[in-house]
Amino acid sequence: MLAQIIFILALITAIIAFTISIKKIIRNINLGKDIDRTDHQPERWKNMLKVALGQSKMTARPVAGIMHILVYVGFIIINIEVLEIIIDGIFGTHRVFSFLGSFYNFLIASFEILALLVLLGVFVFLARRLVLQLKRFKGIEMTAWPKSDAIYILVIEVLLMSAFLTMNAADYKLQQAGVHHYTLAGSFPVSQFILPLLPTDINSLILIERFCWWFHILGILAFLNYLPFSKHFHIILAFPNTWYAKLAPKGEFNNMETVSHEVKAMLNPSYTPPAIDANNKFGAKDVQDLNWVQLMNAYTCTECGRCTSSCPANITGKLLSPRKIMMDTRDRMEEIGRNIDKHGKDYNDGKSLLDDYISREEIWACTTCNACVEACPVNIDPLSIILDLRRFAVMEESNVTGSLNAMFSNIENNGAPWKYSPADRFNWANKED
Amino acid sequence: MIQVPTMADMIAAGEEPEVLFWVGCAGSYDERAQRVTQAFAKILTHCNIKFAVLGTEENCTGDPAKRAGNEFLFQMQAMMNIEVLNGYNIKKIVTACPHCFNTIKNEYPNLGGHYDVIHHTQLIQELIDAGKLKAENGESFKGKKITYHDPCYLGRANGVYEAPRKVLEVLDADLVEMKRCKQNGLCCGAGGAQMFKEPEKGKKDVNIERMDDVLETKAEVVAVGCPFCMTMMKDGVKHFEKEQEIEVLDIAEITARNNNLI
Repeated sequence: MLAQIIFILALITAIIAFTISIKKIIRNINLGKDIDRTDHQPERWKNMLKVALGQSKMTARPVAGIMHILVYVGFIIINIEVLEIIIDGIFGTHRVFSFLGSFYNFLIASFEILALLVLLGVFVFLARRLVLQLKRFKGIEMTAWPKSDAIYILVIEVLLMSAFLTMNAADYKLQQAGVHHYTLAGSFPVSQFILPLLPTDINSLILIERFCWWFHILGILAFLNYLPFSKHFHIILAFPNTWYAKLAPKGEFNNMETVSHEVKAMLNPSYTPPAIDANNKFGAKDVQDLNWVQLMNAYTCTECGRCTSSCPANITGKLLSPRKIMMDTRDRMEEIGRNIDKHGKDYNDGKSLLDDYISREEIWACTTCNACVEACPVNIDPLSIILDLRRFAVMEESNVTGSLNAMFSNIENNGAPWKYSPADRFNWANKED
Repeated sequence: MIQVPTMADMIAAGEEPEVLFWVGCAGSYDERAQRVTQAFAKILTHCNIKFAVLGTEENCTGDPAKRAGNEFLFQMQAMMNIEVLNGYNIKKIVTACPHCFNTIKNEYPNLGGHYDVIHHTQLIQELIDAGKLKAENGESFKGKKITYHDPCYLGRANGVYEAPRKVLEVLDADLVEMKRCKQNGLCCGAGGAQMFKEPEKGKKDVNIERMDDVLETKAEVVAVGCPFCMTMMKDGVKHFEKEQEIEVLDIAEITARNNNLI
């Protein structure tokens, strides 16, 4: 009975703590401007099913992709086991689904195989980070925390899977010994190999089984509460992120409506533009100037670095790293979130995303080639943030290099980005080749 | 000399073109790109396509301004161009510049410019499919090693990967893909207004990195479909002093040569 009460309290505490964290993240994402991304819903559902649920972009890099699918499928399916553990924990039952008979045996057997595959995947991932030291996992943005975050996640997964398998092994041995409460149920194709390592003493076995059971479920609840602080949050946000992702062709950059009104007014003096909000900025200086989908993108990023490793600027040694753009956006959002918690919502710390986090050198190195957008397995769009920062630099500050200014004035005066006379535009037709 | 009718001429003669050839700034002014413009105009003439250009009425689409963050300038350009295009009642546009292609196709509709926009490689492919371009009488590319460099604004930006490749397939050449191609193609380094500024400091220039991919294929011809890529690849070839071994040609030029049009 005491165990049940402790379990229920742990479960409630975990859920409350998780809810509080999620609310903060939602509040932070809502710092962003509104944008309507609810059109073409059938296509959005299709994208989510294909890209997030179906992992369709992961296999562009086969080794990491296949290992990731193993860990992902294992994680999702083993959650059915977690459901049983929760029911057992609340009602003090043991293997409550065992009435399913042979189907239950099949379930447990497949969980065990999946757990083994998850372990395999996780060990490959650990090797890639710790032994092979892949370039993709390095870079200026991969400071101490992002690096250890990745390792913590993998270690937690090893511990959870090991506890699950050890628990099953001890349970199996107790079942064989005919110990009361340990109903004969399940099939243990993997954990049977752990049996020889376990003691034969019944009390020790019960202790091991109980310890692993508690470790497994408390570990899962703790991991759940680690998610909102970690890059691992992608396991949740990948779904809404792919749903709300841009559907237009990658080359299509949004036409700013506020600008359209002003340009129409310039070209046609009788056009009266609607009044615009005095706080409106052209482009983005800080996270509040971005839209909420861009901010959700930042929380979705799991720092895999596929974007950065395909970025032509980064490949050729420039400072720009699309992954850093996303991580900076998230870090800045978190900073503003902490400021709101401490000092209230109108507090201004005098910092901004542009300059305090992302430098001019970074944004101007972008070729807008969309390689980062293409590479992202969960449809994050770092390019749209880079563009909004450029827009601020150009339209609010007129702070661009001389050559770009020259290009602007050429377009304005000659109708071409180079200094040629508009009268010569058709000369090509009269040239001999 | 080629006879290229302007829209003004056409309207004056009470005629309407099937398609407007949007030449673009590079195609109009850049000496190397002008040759591509001429080649494509010859293909259109050869196939009896009733086309016209805007001539001196054409203006920058605003693409480099937009990618550099100058939305005002972009929309000014866009709205002025749309006024001209709508004034001539233009329905279909073909262009040899993926930047113009992307901008007019994707960013003009929402500002009032609705046109059926295609890239010149797509039109050439249609002409080949329709039997109007026979691949005969001209320079043979048979057995030549050719690699195609995907322009970002045609490929990734708009998903056009097949048309340019199909145009090359009729040559019976030895087509080789670079290790980074199609969706994973590496930018030439000129997009996003980089064409008009010095690159940020780094280990090397993007077109030099791209040349490594080209050299790896041992191609004799780098086929391009974008005037900016043309400049960057040409500079890359020059950087490695491979002008004798590697020719950079636009798909329109290859087709025109193959059909003895230039």
